[in-house]
Amino acid sequence: MKFLFHFGRYLSLLRLAFQRPEKQSIYFRQIMVEMENLGLASVGIVAIISVFMGAVLAIQMAFNIDTPLIPSYTIGFVTRQSVELEFAPTIISLILAGKVGSRIASEIGTMRVTEQIDALEIMGINPATFLILPKIVASMIINPFLIMMSMLLAVGGGWLAGIFTGLFPSAEYIYGIQSFFHLYDIFYALTKTVVFAFIIASVSAYNGYYTKGGALEVGEASTNGVVYSSIAIIFMNLILTQILLA
Amino acid sequence: MIEGKNISKSFGERLVLEDVSVTMEKGQTNLIIGQSGMGKTVLLKCLVGLLEFDHGKVFYDDREFSKMSFNEMKEIRQEIGMLFQGGALFDSLTVEENVMFPLTMFTKQSPQEKLERANFCLSRVNLQNVNKLYPSELSGGMKKRVAIARAISMNPRYLFCDEPNSGLDPQTAHLIDELIKEITIEYNMTTVVVTHDMNSVLEIGEKIYFLYQGKLWWEGTKNNILYTENPELQAFVFTSELTKRLRPVKGVGG
Repeated sequence: MKFLFHFGRYLSLLRLAFQRPEKQSIYFRQIMVEMENLGLASVGIVAIISVFMGAVLAIQMAFNIDTPLIPSYTIGFVTRQSVELEFAPTIISLILAGKVGSRIASEIGTMRVTEQIDALEIMGINPATFLILPKIVASMIINPFLIMMSMLLAVGGGWLAGIFTGLFPSAEYIYGIQSFFHLYDIFYALTKTVVFAFIIASVSAYNGYYTKGGALEVGEASTNGVVYSSIAIIFMNLILTQILLA
Repeated sequence: MIEGKNISKSFGERLVLEDVSVTMEKGQTNLIIGQSGMGKTVLLKCLVGLLEFDHGKVFYDDREFSKMSFNEMKEIRQEIGMLFQGGALFDSLTVEENVMFPLTMFTKQSPQEKLERANFCLSRVNLQNVNKLYPSELSGGMKKRVAIARAISMNPRYLFCDEPNSGLDPQTAHLIDELIKEITIEYNMTTVVVTHDMNSVLEIGEKIYFLYQGKLWWEGTKNNILYTENPELQAFVFTSELTKRLRPVKGVGG
């Protein structure tokens, strides 16, 4: 029952958020600001995680393939496939759910408890549209770029791991990452990314928007935003994988 | 003029407002007073449309606000200025941007015109050289004054103030009261103030509604509140040593 209540309220909040903005130029500017706050501010953490993720993947692959029957370019191929199909879109989205989701939930939650949302409403501004829509749109635009960057850096991290450890030859790895490439895999990864971006922004915003109380409740909303958006991502990952790869 | 007719509001089983009717006169400072938890802020939020009530009607100059759609309400809300208890200034915007915000959202004024209007509103509340500061850099009294400047930036017809001088020192509280009184007369607004501060009651209470246990218990003016025979209101008014001294001797005045 509780789930149905929250799901129904989440859908009605989305209906409110997706209404015609009062002044479109302001919203366009808001989207730009949010792209910077939610996307560009995450470049550093995404880059670091991606490089190390690719490096670990490649090293593990090298240790697990120690038969001459499997060519060593497989390391590059499997690293690329893993990063492209799962690690970049899903793991990085989960990390963004933590970083960006908590920011969105606490920002909106604080605005709620300090009556800033009421102030918007009194002015005749739809607070749901004003606060949530730019965050959703900005995330859906910027996250695919973050994920593509993550893919490149992870594959690069794997290559660096080969160079520094000497576990596999660089040329073989480069040949591997170019082998059996399907453009559809990128489409698959980016489709997932866009859906996950929507989930991160909307679920976290929902948790912040209905915050009641004070600092403790804002913290709770922030935690709930991260937890519920992560669960939703994992659940949607399963569904999308089934739909897109079937 | 704002009229609230037979407003009732409950939260779950708890009845917070019971059949309350009020008429807030234009060009006057109308006060809603009472102890904490008696439904003052709930009544204010019902009047302004931030809370839906169970029964009753609200009229803004004969326009039935409570029946309006969200978009129709938006038009009236552009005629409303509101001062929240904590100021409710937008943290991410500077003082100047906060005051210009309603103008940016609802007018086609040039940046220069908006800036001029913001400067005028800030000077009206006696604030200078704070344009580029953020709300976190302001004192409580300054925040309230910036919030008033933002509230009057669109020349509102109605002004709502929720505990405008809570948490302020007596001098600043007096300044805020004076300011509310002055701008009410200057802009001929219908002003509604929620307070439990007796200094405000005696200074600006042109029309006073006293709520007790969710009901309208008494109504009058600052001139006759001290002569009330209502025991609950007496208990509220003559609490401090200072107000006890103002208590009229029976048979004198009133």
